[in-house]
Amino acid sequence: MTEALVGEGRGANGAALVEMTMQQAINRALDTALREDPATLVFGEDVGRLGGVFRVTDGLQAAYGQNRVFDTPLAESGIVGLAVGLAMNGWRPIPELQFDGFAYPAVDQIVNQMARMHYRSRGAASMPITVRLPSFGGIQAPEHHGESLEALFAHVPGLKVVAPSDPNDAYRLLLQSIRSDDPVIYMEPKARYWDRRQVVLDGARAQAADTGGDPIGASRIARPGRHATLVAWGAMVHRCLRVAELAAEDGVDLEVLDLRWLKPIDTDGLAASVSRTRRAVVVHEAPLTAGLGAEVSSLITERVFCDLAAPVQRVTGFDVPYPAGPLEPQYLPTIDRILLAVQRTLEF
Amino acid sequence: MQTHAPPGAGSTPDRTGALPAESARRIYRDMLTARLLDTEAIALQRQGVFPAYVSLRGQEAAQVASAAALDRDRDFAFPTYREMAVALTLGVDMVGYLASHRALWHGGRYDPIASRFGSINAVVGGPVPHAVGWALGERLRGETGCAIAYFGDGASSQGDVHEALNFAGVFGSPVVFFCQNNRWALSVPNERQIAGGSIAARAAGYGMPGITVDGNDAAAVHNATRSALDRARSGGGPTLIEALTYRLAPHSTSDDTTRYRDRGEEHAWQERDPLPRLGTALEEAGHADTAFFEQIEDGARAAVERIRDGIATAPPPAGSDLFTYVYREPTEELARQQRLWREEVEP
Repeated sequence: MTEALVGEGRGANGAALVEMTMQQAINRALDTALREDPATLVFGEDVGRLGGVFRVTDGLQAAYGQNRVFDTPLAESGIVGLAVGLAMNGWRPIPELQFDGFAYPAVDQIVNQMARMHYRSRGAASMPITVRLPSFGGIQAPEHHGESLEALFAHVPGLKVVAPSDPNDAYRLLLQSIRSDDPVIYMEPKARYWDRRQVVLDGARAQAADTGGDPIGASRIARPGRHATLVAWGAMVHRCLRVAELAAEDGVDLEVLDLRWLKPIDTDGLAASVSRTRRAVVVHEAPLTAGLGAEVSSLITERVFCDLAAPVQRVTGFDVPYPAGPLEPQYLPTIDRILLAVQRTLEF
Repeated sequence: MQTHAPPGAGSTPDRTGALPAESARRIYRDMLTARLLDTEAIALQRQGVFPAYVSLRGQEAAQVASAAALDRDRDFAFPTYREMAVALTLGVDMVGYLASHRALWHGGRYDPIASRFGSINAVVGGPVPHAVGWALGERLRGETGCAIAYFGDGASSQGDVHEALNFAGVFGSPVVFFCQNNRWALSVPNERQIAGGSIAARAAGYGMPGITVDGNDAAAVHNATRSALDRARSGGGPTLIEALTYRLAPHSTSDDTTRYRDRGEEHAWQERDPLPRLGTALEEAGHADTAFFEQIEDGARAAVERIRDGIATAPPPAGSDLFTYVYREPTEELARQQRLWREEVEP
């Protein structure tokens, strides 16, 4: 690892504070997991010698050996199927599917096998599997490298789904996912891999601070505000923070709620925020129809209908296949579109 | 027995010839019990106790003789949905097994981990990669257990089976891929299923031995499986066995074979029924006499009766089971839905 140790210090609980990129933070979380639990295994396409196409697994094979960190043949269904069998034999697999669009060939193993094995076996076979899935768009990648599958996986009983938005969350949420005895789809926002922030690194396993004290399913207020809540996850959190900065120049004080967990969704956190601000705009990269924005919107309406001053707005990708590079900026929710939605909700 | 060895692969240790008396008698007992239980299960479907059932009639030798080669303390079998005789041979709680056919619980109501027999799985290629993962996990831990993946000629067309075979070949995992080629994937015959005509021949492409064996010959099946397990256990890697057999019954109790296959073919295979075939072999070898057969049949009938009574009186699942096993660590949202169920649905 080549992370800069600038800004290194000690937090209140003795945990190390290190500035690093999200890609490095994920690497450190994998390193922590491999070190603390001999049952963890990291595998997938190109994760070994190469260190992953995004170098997220860089150095792990050298540190933990080819039995703990290994390359597989290029077959996503086989990778997840392998994880299911390993879990049935007491291992804690952390497979990587190289890109979002390549999760589709593994959907049978994810949905019909991994997500149901605990249920099917009446609790006899737990599936403590974390599927790492580099996700979402924004990097002008080829086709099948910019997909947002959260609604698909959130719809599947038995799965948990999480998408971090910054390095610190990436570190903590990944450890939380790995330590969970349920299968988790961990969606990494590729566009934020090089985002550099301070990360609170885990000390000893015994320190409960490893997940910041937040349980699985907890959202985070990324920016407090009074006039409307922007609900987002993954790379869109950063964009919403930018929108909030711009709006602040016009005296509009926006709250940004980073949902983090897309299943389970923090309904209480969502309701509390929107109940305060009385207005909500949901922002996601995935297409509009039957996207997770519909679920979020519905939850808000069910919980705080009487507090709402305006209908919940959705700013999303369009109902089209994810486009090639030059069209990407026109497909993804733009700052202007989000601002317009804020305006609509304020003027309703 | 025909071997399709990959170029340059080492030869498989030869284990041919008759079975030792005790093994043969045990295999016969389990085959007969499976036959009687299978017959009883069809009757239970006719009586309306089971909504549906999938018979394995004709495949008893392939299933029992292969499963009998497993080490019940170390190995693990991954079935699809027609492996009732494998379950029986491995000592799985058969009331729990048949709970799946009585539609009390998908996957059966037995503990697959403790039974070392995976949950019943209707995606026929789906469990095959699990066997590879389980076996890899065994080797990573430095242990000596082997996995056996049961699948059929229909499943051999699924991508997961290819991926599993290739992974096992690359990793050298201790797996036995046991294909029961019963000639019919529901209504589709081998000719429309298997390009090239042989599933075992594909093994060469995965760098493992492929063995074609008469699936109705208990001794041949047992010996081939033992050889493959020996090979896997000693670090020699996976083997693909194709046991040629025949599904004497319809695909399921909802199926009608007259729409797609010839009565003459069924009769011809009836003549090759593995059960009387092993009985005759036992008699001819002097391993069994009339008293043995009577005793075995009495024991099998008693066992079937116990299972039948058990399944007939098996309680339905609790309504709360809808929610209990979805997660190891349940979510607040699911707890909310369970409260809703309790208030609005629970009888």
